[in-house]
Amino acid sequence: MEVVSTIFPYTAWNVPYIHSAFENSAATISGVEAAYKAFKKKGKIKKKLNFIAFGGDGGTYDIGFQSLSGAMERGHDILYVCYDNEVYMNTGIQRSSATPMGAHTTTSPAGRVIPGKTQFRKDLTEIMTAHDIPYVAQAAPSHWLDLTRKVEKALSIKGPTFINILSPCPLGWRYPPSQTIEISKLAVESRFWPLYEVENGKHKLTYKPKKEVSMEDWMKLQGRFRHLFTGKNKNVIKDCQKQVDRKWEKLWTLQS
Amino acid sequence: MTKPGWRDLAIGAILEKGGTALEFKTGDWRTYKPIWSQEKCTSCLFCFIYCPDFCIEIEDGKMIGINYDYCKGCGICKEICPKQAIEMILERR
Ligand SMILES: Cc1ncc(C[n+]2csc(CCOP(=O)(O)OP(=O)(O)O)c2C)c(N)n1
Ligand code: SF4
Ligand code: SF4
Repeated sequence: MEVVSTIFPYTAWNVPYIHSAFENSAATISGVEAAYKAFKKKGKIKKKLNFIAFGGDGGTYDIGFQSLSGAMERGHDILYVCYDNEVYMNTGIQRSSATPMGAHTTTSPAGRVIPGKTQFRKDLTEIMTAHDIPYVAQAAPSHWLDLTRKVEKALSIKGPTFINILSPCPLGWRYPPSQTIEISKLAVESRFWPLYEVENGKHKLTYKPKKEVSMEDWMKLQGRFRHLFTGKNKNVIKDCQKQVDRKWEKLWTLQS
Repeated sequence: MTKPGWRDLAIGAILEKGGTALEFKTGDWRTYKPIWSQEKCTSCLFCFIYCPDFCIEIEDGKMIGINYDYCKGCGICKEICPKQAIEMILERR
């Protein structure tokens, strides 16, 4: 089966893969990795193989969270990559626990009743860190060298590793596709999406923002926040900024 | 591109060959088309790194063109190019 890399019955993968359900991608890869270990012990496989699972934020923060937590705790030698586009996109822009506060989605519609999503986003990267696994990182496509280095590092480390990659989405975030890299860059510069890694429990920023970019600067480029720029909704932007500042300060203390 | 019916598929929807996405050309999804100017290009290869569809063609470390079979016309290459060597034109209306 395949619906991720292209349209079924084609596939872009040139390596063996299993397409599993949202709940169990981490469980599936745990099983395959355990089988590999058994084969290796018996001498039936000699090669070193990498095991990588991919999931969206819906599949990772929400639906597959339990199996992910289990796989991490059991200590499988796997890398789990979350492509976080902050919404359930394939089914048409529904909020997930990764959706930032104030964002308009079809299940957090901005209007007279609510100004978009009313809750802050869940910090999955820190939840993974709390699993005390050897390597956790956060990355973004704009900073490609940082991203590729993190993947190489994760694969070189024995045991469970996790990388959360921000994946700006033109359709869901409402901006022209050509701006994708700029949106990603500003997410990092605004400190909304800090680039950092946690190796054996030690936090380290891998990029220090150079510019003063506010949440407002970043949000105003995206249609999903458009309603926040009128009347009383402006307070939501302030709340988002406060939350980002608070989290940044915490991260700063942890890494120094 | 004709798509096979369910009778043609292997049991369990298993795909027996990898990398077959190459046979499925997605370039016709495009509305805008990137036009590359060789004169302005310095082969920094930023467009290669950022193109989401691996459409920037390279030979001996130099950019040689754009593969329109898969280019979806997103315009990321145009935005990222430090030399304004790529321009987007409307391909169809
Ligand atoms: C077990 C299961 N539940 C629900 C669905 C319906 N479904 C298909 S795609 C999708 C959204 C997934 O969102 P996310 O994981 O964030 O990935 P994205 O589409 O944003 O890349 C859902 C809920 C499904 N296919 N399987
Ligand atoms: S980004 Fe511009 S200058 Fe750099 S290789 Fe591409 S077209 Fe050439
Ligand atoms: S328009 Fe988009 S898909 Fe086409 S070459 Fe440029 S970056 Fe790649």
